[in-house]
Amino acid sequence: MNADVVIIGGGLMGSSAALHLAMRGQRVIVMEKDSPGRHASGVNAGGLRQLNRHPAEIPLAVAAARLWRDIQSLVDSDCDVKLSGQVRVAENEADMRLLEERAARVRALGYEHEIIIDREQLYRLVPHLAPHCVGALYTRDDGFARPFHALTAFRHKAESLGVQYRTGSRVHEIARQGADWQVVTDRGCCSAPVLVNCSGAWSQALCSMLGEPVTINTGAPMMMVTDRLPHFLDPVVGAASRKLSFKQMQNGTVLIGGSHLANHDMKTETTAIDFIKLSESARSVVELFPHMRDAHIVRTWAGLEAFTPDHLPVIGPGSCAAGVFHAFGFSAHGFQLSPVVGLILSELILDGKSKLPIGPFSIKRFLDETATGCA
Amino acid sequence: MSAPRELVIIGAGPAGMAAASTAAGLGVDTLVLDQQPAPGGQIFRGIGQAGPAHLELLGSDYQAGAEQVASFVHSGADYQPDTAVWSLGADGELGILHRGKASLISARRVLIAGGAMERPLPFPGWTLPGVMNAGGAQILMKSSRLVPLDGVVIAGTGPLLILLAWQYMRAGVAVQAVLELAPRKNLWRAGLRLPAALRAGHYLTRGLRYLLALRRAGIRVTYGVSDLQAVGNDRLEAMTFHTGGREQTLETGNLLVHFGLVPGIQLTEAAGCHHQWDDGQQCWRPQADAWGNSSVDGIAVIGDGATIGGAVAAVHAGRLAGLEAARAMGHIDAAGRDRLAVDDRQWLQDDLRIRPFLESLHRLPDTLLSGIADNTLVCRCEEITAGEVRAAVRAGHRDPNQVKFITRCGMGPCQGRQCGQAVANIVAAACDRPVSEVVPFRVRPPLRPISMGELSMLETGNNTA
Repeated sequence: MNADVVIIGGGLMGSSAALHLAMRGQRVIVMEKDSPGRHASGVNAGGLRQLNRHPAEIPLAVAAARLWRDIQSLVDSDCDVKLSGQVRVAENEADMRLLEERAARVRALGYEHEIIIDREQLYRLVPHLAPHCVGALYTRDDGFARPFHALTAFRHKAESLGVQYRTGSRVHEIARQGADWQVVTDRGCCSAPVLVNCSGAWSQALCSMLGEPVTINTGAPMMMVTDRLPHFLDPVVGAASRKLSFKQMQNGTVLIGGSHLANHDMKTETTAIDFIKLSESARSVVELFPHMRDAHIVRTWAGLEAFTPDHLPVIGPGSCAAGVFHAFGFSAHGFQLSPVVGLILSELILDGKSKLPIGPFSIKRFLDETATGCA
Repeated sequence: MSAPRELVIIGAGPAGMAAASTAAGLGVDTLVLDQQPAPGGQIFRGIGQAGPAHLELLGSDYQAGAEQVASFVHSGADYQPDTAVWSLGADGELGILHRGKASLISARRVLIAGGAMERPLPFPGWTLPGVMNAGGAQILMKSSRLVPLDGVVIAGTGPLLILLAWQYMRAGVAVQAVLELAPRKNLWRAGLRLPAALRAGHYLTRGLRYLLALRRAGIRVTYGVSDLQAVGNDRLEAMTFHTGGREQTLETGNLLVHFGLVPGIQLTEAAGCHHQWDDGQQCWRPQADAWGNSSVDGIAVIGDGATIGGAVAAVHAGRLAGLEAARAMGHIDAAGRDRLAVDDRQWLQDDLRIRPFLESLHRLPDTLLSGIADNTLVCRCEEITAGEVRAAVRAGHRDPNQVKFITRCGMGPCQGRQCGQAVANIVAAACDRPVSEVVPFRVRPPLRPISMGELSMLETGNNTA
């Protein structure tokens, strides 16, 4: 045995798990096939969002928001967090009705963070918005951070508590060895009684190695960023009927995401931007922010990510052998949840249960019963 | 999207023009895209408008361009000037921008003839106004007849220093000094390669002729210069350097620097072509076979964008790639291609004999490439210093892409064109690894900035110029 826990995947989820486990005295090894944050964790849009979450995710998102608010005390870095709110804009009365229904549903669940704002309040918040919008759903204490900075902060803090990152270590084989899991990579192996799967877009392959095959999709949400513009926007802006996430970063650049997917190739682990779909994002941008027409797009990119069939993550123990835990399939909205996912995993591993409700995230809902390799 | 073109050539310099003339002559449906308003590439910039006096001033190499342009114009290839290529996919999809209109076009075969760029090399004071690239200055002379009026120092490495000094001298510019930064020991290494280079001896005799003319005019060429530094408050006021163990200072308002050429690899990187480190040229270049075929099927690369060989080699490589395109599109068979290729293959080989000599003569010392002082700016766009890059490496970001993520170095509007090589060299040295093992910045489209409005109006379909 080399460690108490071996984590596969050095992205945000794996690093958060490593940190929370190390804070409770566990010896942790993180196996990372590339460098930490090479894919989705390093290049996502960085949205901190409780707004418009699936009801099952709301308790986690709210708990995570508390951790983000004081992220400095967790990771010794502010991760460039800016809590300037998120708005989901209604462009017509039909949009507005949908948002009002949504707000009522969330209130009925006992949460107060999503509020409806009227036209006047919206334009005070987002003065450069095109004039046709009628109102919005708004969360005051949402915002954004810089993903690679956040990841690096989690990693550095974890390392300072003794976590070992083994980069360039692709997992080839996982085998049971007495009470331990032996993980074989192309740069040596290690063993530990507990194995955590945080391997993002590669989780399907990992689950197969662990004898509990699931069918999940991979995708690569596209993003683009402009040159620096004078400050014009504080909150993150989305829209009820558009695939769009729009924010101005601290340095003035404008970061645009929106869940349009790039083409990708899992063999070469590369993505190729689909400019026809990206031009839809650009169209949304100029329709909602006409002054953006002349902004220059400096870069576009996409990061490989796992999407589950119901777009909810898998968080929890494996269904097969003891000592396996999963956290994957965040379906392009995991950034907000990352600090709390590590906490949940540490509770599951050390206390046998989590204080947060994770029933809806069981891997069992995706298991192909006929194909499981469980004894 | 309408039917793809058989062959799209990017760049109308010597390589692109020769390839287009050859391919179109054999019946290949050919479209040439070029960023400039007129054909000729950087080497023959402005040749269409050049009068006899200007041609005479710039010398015989420049004059050769007129003939190449004429033959290209009459080749039957479609030609679309003023067109920037901002993306290139492995499937032959090109994102182009022409007079404010962005569109996607597709090609069965893409030939990249985008040429070289001057090797960006940060040194103390390099971002001061008054310091500029010698190649850029030469283009200003070719295209707009602009020359520095109040004296100029030319520094760096490579044949361009001598050529530009000679051209300036003839244009009446006061050349204060020509400073060659290649170390003196290079002469030994180059000497070993001299016999082979004599097979392409016309380059040597021309170089010697320029040198003699400079000497007769009293223009000093100093070898073995080191520790180049540009000095000034708001703009360049003087420069300092070491030679023969002594520091010298020259007051000047214009410092033109040149550290050789490197292939512009943005397009081949974007298309996913395999690249390799070329130790002779001290840069990455796309892997390509004798016909220009890259590692990606249907994408070929020739000229100085493939390997630095100069304008004459580019013409031969262009013809060979044109023949290969005709074969690939079924207009001729392999035997026909080989028959038509005999002369160009030989001439190309002969012409390139000068290269190992030039490469060893002008080889840059590691101190210039990776020994950049901590307080020197590496990334002008994001204002990141060499020291910040090294600090990122010490914090565990042990490859250029991670350094880019954490520092923003290379994330500005130039897309890392300016700082990419320097960062790779610094990171490699800091990790004690050869630079050939480092993965350079990954290229992110658009390769040229396009506006949100232009992307929002993206059109698909092949226009025929």
